[in-house]
Amino acid sequence: MTPEELSKIATIEQEEQQQHKHVIQVCVAAGCLSSHSDQVKDALDKEVSKRGLENTCHVKGVGCLGLCAAGPLVRVQPTAKPDAAVMYQAVTANDAADIVSSLEGPPVKRLVCPTNVPFFTRQKKIVLENSGIIDPDRIEEYIAVNGYAGLLQVVSTMRPSEVIDEVMRSGLRGRGGAGFSTGLKWSTVAKGRGSTKYVICNADEGDPGAFMDRSVLESDPHRVLEGMAIAAYAVGASQGYIYVRAEYPLAVKRLKAAIRQAERAGLLGNNIFGITFNFSIDIRLGAGAFVCGEETALIASIEGKRGTPRPRPPYPAESGLWGCPTLINNVETFANVPPIIRNGSAWFAGIGTEKSKGTKVFALAGRVTNTGLIEVPMGIPLREIVYDIGGGIPDGKKLKAVQTGGPSGGCIPEQHLDMPVDYESLAKVGSIMGSGGMIIMDDTSCMVDVAKFFMEFCRSESCGKCVPCRVGTAQMHDLLCRITDGSGTADDLTLLIELCDVLRATSLCGLGQTAPNPVLTTLQFFKHEYDAHIQKKTCPAGSCTIHAPAEVI
Amino acid sequence: MSPQPVPQVRVVTLKIDGRDVGATEDETILEVARQNGIFIPTLCYLDGLPSIGACRICLCEIKGANKLLPACVTRVQEGMEVTTDSERLTRYRKTIVEMLFAERNHVCAVCVSNGHCELQSMAQKLGITHVHMPYRYPKLTVDATHARFVQDDNRCVLCTRCVRVCDEVEGAHTWDIMGRGIDARVITDLNQAWGDSSSCTGCGKCVHVCPTGALTEKGRSTAEMVKKQQFLQYLMQMREAKQ
Amino acid sequence: MSKPRLATAWLDGCSGCHMSLLDMDERLIEIAQQVEVVCGPYVDIKEFPENVDIALVEGAVSSEEDLHRIKKIRERSKLLICMGDCALTANVPSMRNAWEPDEVLARAYIENATMQQQIPRTSVPRLLNRARPVHEIVRVDIFIPGCPPSADVLYFALTELLAGRVPDLSSRTRFGA
Repeated sequence: MTPEELSKIATIEQEEQQQHKHVIQVCVAAGCLSSHSDQVKDALDKEVSKRGLENTCHVKGVGCLGLCAAGPLVRVQPTAKPDAAVMYQAVTANDAADIVSSLEGPPVKRLVCPTNVPFFTRQKKIVLENSGIIDPDRIEEYIAVNGYAGLLQVVSTMRPSEVIDEVMRSGLRGRGGAGFSTGLKWSTVAKGRGSTKYVICNADEGDPGAFMDRSVLESDPHRVLEGMAIAAYAVGASQGYIYVRAEYPLAVKRLKAAIRQAERAGLLGNNIFGITFNFSIDIRLGAGAFVCGEETALIASIEGKRGTPRPRPPYPAESGLWGCPTLINNVETFANVPPIIRNGSAWFAGIGTEKSKGTKVFALAGRVTNTGLIEVPMGIPLREIVYDIGGGIPDGKKLKAVQTGGPSGGCIPEQHLDMPVDYESLAKVGSIMGSGGMIIMDDTSCMVDVAKFFMEFCRSESCGKCVPCRVGTAQMHDLLCRITDGSGTADDLTLLIELCDVLRATSLCGLGQTAPNPVLTTLQFFKHEYDAHIQKKTCPAGSCTIHAPAEVI
Repeated sequence: MSPQPVPQVRVVTLKIDGRDVGATEDETILEVARQNGIFIPTLCYLDGLPSIGACRICLCEIKGANKLLPACVTRVQEGMEVTTDSERLTRYRKTIVEMLFAERNHVCAVCVSNGHCELQSMAQKLGITHVHMPYRYPKLTVDATHARFVQDDNRCVLCTRCVRVCDEVEGAHTWDIMGRGIDARVITDLNQAWGDSSSCTGCGKCVHVCPTGALTEKGRSTAEMVKKQQFLQYLMQMREAKQ
Repeated sequence: MSKPRLATAWLDGCSGCHMSLLDMDERLIEIAQQVEVVCGPYVDIKEFPENVDIALVEGAVSSEEDLHRIKKIRERSKLLICMGDCALTANVPSMRNAWEPDEVLARAYIENATMQQQIPRTSVPRLLNRARPVHEIVRVDIFIPGCPPSADVLYFALTELLAGRVPDLSSRTRFGA
């Protein structure tokens, strides 16, 4: 692949796209696919060919359009006037004829999904810029929207250290949860001893309710590959791995296709863009262990060992995969890299807050009208996400709490709703940014039950290597079960609080260290609910089944 | 022939419990503490086996570090200030040992290892007189299918010394871990009966490195199972000398 | 000033701890001169008395009667001392805890019985679901580990208490000792 070839592919693709008068984009990411968007696409395809419109109308599968609650989603876009695109919601195969008929006339009213609403207008798309627009199975479409231009720019005009400086200046922080400076991580790996280094993409997304990474991989896989290749160039690695959970078959399929296409195009492999830069990517499938999202456990798993974490230091940047310096970033982190290179660090640093730059993708779930995938600038008030983008709480209920950060995060109560969403602010209220799960809870949710749910998750996902996490999560789960079934005592609560401290301070890895967070934040903001279960033997939210007070044994 | 250059290992000085001590930078806090007669309690650690930092009993406070670090795997650094004993550390250590007692069915009075058990003596050293969290009483099995040894899951603390000695020293890798979290168990081969194991050499190393009565020799009655762990250091020294 | 009132109680245990008390031999006389023994297996009193200063309890809480008694002992005693592993950890009585009481009784009185196979139900207290250490039921002031704690340990603990000190037993005894 030469720079000229790259721009030629882009030009040809753009010209081809211009030939069609209309393009019909059908979301074929997992959300819409689960409500049979594949049948919708087939029906549209058939309808178009039945009417002999193949040359003027192009039906294509695209990635996530965001508003999963209203799926399957279809967008009809006149090529000449992209702004006049119409979005349709809850489309079925039976609607195909009407949609195709409407191409030259007014839109199909009964299906229209308004896009001038805050859900769409308040978002800021960087990571998801191509989601729902390009066909994830075709590298040409990615190249046509400036894909791999970042990689080209990096290998042809920048030294590795300049790339790291650029990422450092952008202020990008890890999107996997902890928010460590990406540039700093890259520079540590770059300085690591030895000539063999690895780049790993952590796609072992496992928080309950979170599907940001899955969506990026399903909608725009090449963006992640390009990000990894840029990172590999910067740190001096020639081999990369994507560790993706086997429960994401569609993401795996699209990644495999993307890797094959990139290899064929010479964008992965040896002598990329004609210089002595070699980089290959292989996929490793996770076998359903949440703890393998922890970087040292992930590395052990890739090495073929039992996926358990080991104490750090040494950090993977110093001694990682097979003892070599290893860069591990999350899917969304890598997905941010190509636009940072293309548009410059100053552009990126201009978005967000002082310490949290850029955007964050959230999977909005729970008791909120617009469930789905959103990308917002860092620093946006939480209230805006819930009430404007999320459309508020359905059924006239009242908001109780917003849970972020999954089992490592916490529950943020109504009174903190005006806080900006950034790493520091979330930490201040005891939660974390996490990988981007956001669960909205209304007054029918019992907060003790929520804490119990997450503790059950941690208990079953604990690897069992270190004592405090192995035994502590089981003990805490038992205590929470007792409290929610009405047999808990004040002593149980005291022990629960003590164990929170022990697990946090002594567990080996992040799973155990953060497992108490849901308990701690619910205790901080909803202590009265615990007291009600223990003292009055009632569940204020009415969701726990309280048994008649049993005998002490 | 010119003399081989000695591989460069830097010498560092640090403070452990307020005492100035010298060390080389490839040593761990635990090694340096022991050389200087400073006791740090350990359970999963065993001299001669690769350290894994799993039991969390040797956690120490390091000045400037925001987390407690396990002495068995943390390397010393120039200027480090280590605290091996504090009210806080003792509290955590006690809770962790109590967790182990609560996790399975440790009935010292009728155990073959009574009086020779590291869990038991650890409880005594830490001043544990009772367990302040609910006992779990899991239903666990005893595997007595091996001709000479017995495995009793009721007394296992999952330190994985057996797994490590079998894999790293004996080279048989008969033992491994199955399941996860509170359901994790040590198993032989692919969870077959020990007596049916095709990889077990019957060397007994696992039995003698086991800190409790989980792995024992057959035919021992209460308090009769004395473990002999000296073989391991000797073996490792002789192997190193040969290399 | 009157002598401290000492009571001992025997819940679910083998009586080994009380044997150990007797093993104090001639030191028993010395202790007896300093206390008034008001209740225990050696004293013919059915009801645990009021105003006890020191209560030494052997055994786990295994039956409804144990439960009733330990609550009464706690109510009526200034210092409640757990004597021996059964009281501390439920020890051997807890070995049945992985099974339901009915399974345990069936194993003992039917499966393994050669004659008169029946589960005793009248005039015996009902078993609790689990045998439990005393401190899980009531507050405990002092723990003396050991199975049984030796006469020396018990003597030391008692003399320290009578001298008004909290005995430090960590170097003298342990679980299973």
